Amino acid sequence: MFDLQWLLIAIPLAGAALLLTWGKEADGFGHLIGTFASAASFVLGVVLFVRLLGEDAAHRSHSTDLFTWIQAGRFHVEMSFTYDQLSGLFVLLITGVGTLIHIYSIGYMANDARRRRFFGFLNLFIAAMLTLVLAADYLVMFLGWEGVGLASYLLIGFWQHKESAAAAAKKAFVVNRVGDLGMALAIMLMFAQFGTTAVGAVNAAAPGAAKGVATALGLLLLLGACGKSAQVPLQSWLLDAMEGPTPVSALIHAATMVTAGVYLVVRSHGIFDASETARNAVIVVGLVTLLAGAWIGCAKDDIKKSLAGSTMSQIGYMMLAAGLGPAGYAFAIFHLITHGFFKANLFLGAGSVMHGMDDDVNMRHYGALRKAMPYTFATFALGYLAIIGVPPFAGFWSKDKIIEGAFDHNIWVGLGTLLGAGVTAFYMTRMMMMTYFSEKRWQDDVHPHESPKVMTVPLMVLAAASALGGLLLLGNWIPDWLSPVVGKVPEEDLPISALSISLLALLVVVIGVAAGYLLYGRRPVAAETPADSSVSVFARAGRHELYGNELNDAVVVRPTRHLTRFLVWFDGKGVDGLVTGIADRLGDTSQLLRQPQTGYVRSYALMMFGGAALVLLALLVVTLA
Amino acid sequence: MSSYITLSLILFTIGSVGVLVRRNAIVVFMNIELMLNATNLAFVSFSRQSGNLDGQVAAFFVMVVAAAEVVVGLAIIVSIYRTRRSTSVDDASLLKS
Repeated sequence: MFDLQWLLIAIPLAGAALLLTWGKEADGFGHLIGTFASAASFVLGVVLFVRLLGEDAAHRSHSTDLFTWIQAGRFHVEMSFTYDQLSGLFVLLITGVGTLIHIYSIGYMANDARRRRFFGFLNLFIAAMLTLVLAADYLVMFLGWEGVGLASYLLIGFWQHKESAAAAAKKAFVVNRVGDLGMALAIMLMFAQFGTTAVGAVNAAAPGAAKGVATALGLLLLLGACGKSAQVPLQSWLLDAMEGPTPVSALIHAATMVTAGVYLVVRSHGIFDASETARNAVIVVGLVTLLAGAWIGCAKDDIKKSLAGSTMSQIGYMMLAAGLGPAGYAFAIFHLITHGFFKANLFLGAGSVMHGMDDDVNMRHYGALRKAMPYTFATFALGYLAIIGVPPFAGFWSKDKIIEGAFDHNIWVGLGTLLGAGVTAFYMTRMMMMTYFSEKRWQDDVHPHESPKVMTVPLMVLAAASALGGLLLLGNWIPDWLSPVVGKVPEEDLPISALSISLLALLVVVIGVAAGYLLYGRRPVAAETPADSSVSVFARAGRHELYGNELNDAVVVRPTRHLTRFLVWFDGKGVDGLVTGIADRLGDTSQLLRQPQTGYVRSYALMMFGGAALVLLALLVVTLA
Repeated sequence: MSSYITLSLILFTIGSVGVLVRRNAIVVFMNIELMLNATNLAFVSFSRQSGNLDGQVAAFFVMVVAAAEVVVGLAIIVSIYRTRRSTSVDDASLLKS
């Protein structure tokens, strides 16, 4: 039965191939094929998962080798997949949320002439993402890793007639290349050190490797994870990626693809367990990103960019948890899953609002939409309660566990996560107030209306999942379930009791909500974005994404440009100069040789006579001498 | 004996100077003939002096070649004259671009 896991990937891949090669006869029903492929993969995922539940805990890892992919000397790569507790959960998340977003897109993209192609790309993404999580070899994982990068590029730039979308797609691709370089180097190092790139073998061998090797591997993998998961310092692409259609933002840039970095760290736990330096680097990256993302989320007026900042911040939480080692792996995955639910819910809710507001993304043009869009409002509100961490919604349980783990690790890291929770509550309340409460600030000719059923039903399902996701923690289920893969969660030794940490977190959330309400709920909101000069330094920095783009520009782009200019100059004057110089000298010489060629017969005759006389003279000299 | 060689040298010098300084193709041609005949004279004289016939045979060959050359050369000159209305060798310098 588990030998069929390749079908999980093959079905959406076939869907993508069908949709992208079929002509426009398929325009009328292409979206149904795409949705069906994703749903079929989901059903198979559920069947496999149920089978897995019924098995003995120690034997829940099932590997299959499809064929030998690469065989060259000592280098041997099997096209192999592993279905175990971790990848099983991911398969459910990817295909489940993926299918809901496929359904939603039927409505959202209804008026787009290229809807069939859109669904083809979505299927391609699902196939690539499943390859990534099922891979039993780092090289196969890299295949999926690049596949999701390609799908992300294609979908960000789906509306490529907009220059900003085309530029954003390129930016995402280029920034991701930097991260992929880290991953590629890590794979090469694995092969050089261990002679294999199989996930299981590498993680088994990592504890026995030299300390420096484990640290180098960990840092290189972290670089890869930073690129894909938009963590500082490779975060700049995610906010621009919001140029893509909203379902794409929900599926790829919130729920699944951007969490691939967290998956990579958890999957490579053998390497990270062996190196404390690498783990600490993961924690630092996670903490910095979690605060930076929350900061950006507070300042943006664009609802999607604000949510993108929030995504960065929540993935920061996951990264941080993954950096805590065995104490955090399970909770990183737990938060990843609940985040997948509520962030997809929030993004699709934002898409529904945009759908009713003529694709306006500026929250300052919203206001008082709760009556116009009751379903969207209700589902968004559930997602809101989940993300800020109000019990008993999903986000509370997952975030609380991470905050506990952070306090257990280090008091300052703990305080950082606590601060992040407060800021999250603030910016989400701000978004809630500006969109659904306060007074109408609608532009002329905008008539907000509720979205069709095909869009609201997926919202409701996701809202239910956001509300109930915490059930996964019931009876300590998720840590126990994942313990054969990532190791047992050690006993905590908290400086203060777990209950007081939860209460503290709740208090911080209440403060955040109150601040958001006082600033945006009670006071009227300006319908136009205040000028940069009239807002505080903090807001200005947040609006400019903490000057990340300016930094990249100064540190990378401009020096590269200067280098290019130098190289062009050197190529023109140096290399070309040498080659054309030789040719020029040859030309000059032949000019000189041309001079005697006058074309007059008599001058040739004179030369002949002269030559003959010379020969004669030489003969005479030789004979007489 | 030496007077024959002296005459041959004088004729050859006149012929070569004529080739170099005259522009009329026919005159140049006549000078070439003069040079050829100067060599013939030298051949015959040396042949007489050394007592064998090698030089005289060579002189016959030269005459045959000269006759053939005259035929070809005059044909060229005539055809050039037909197209250009001139027999000046300086006008026919087409090979110089």
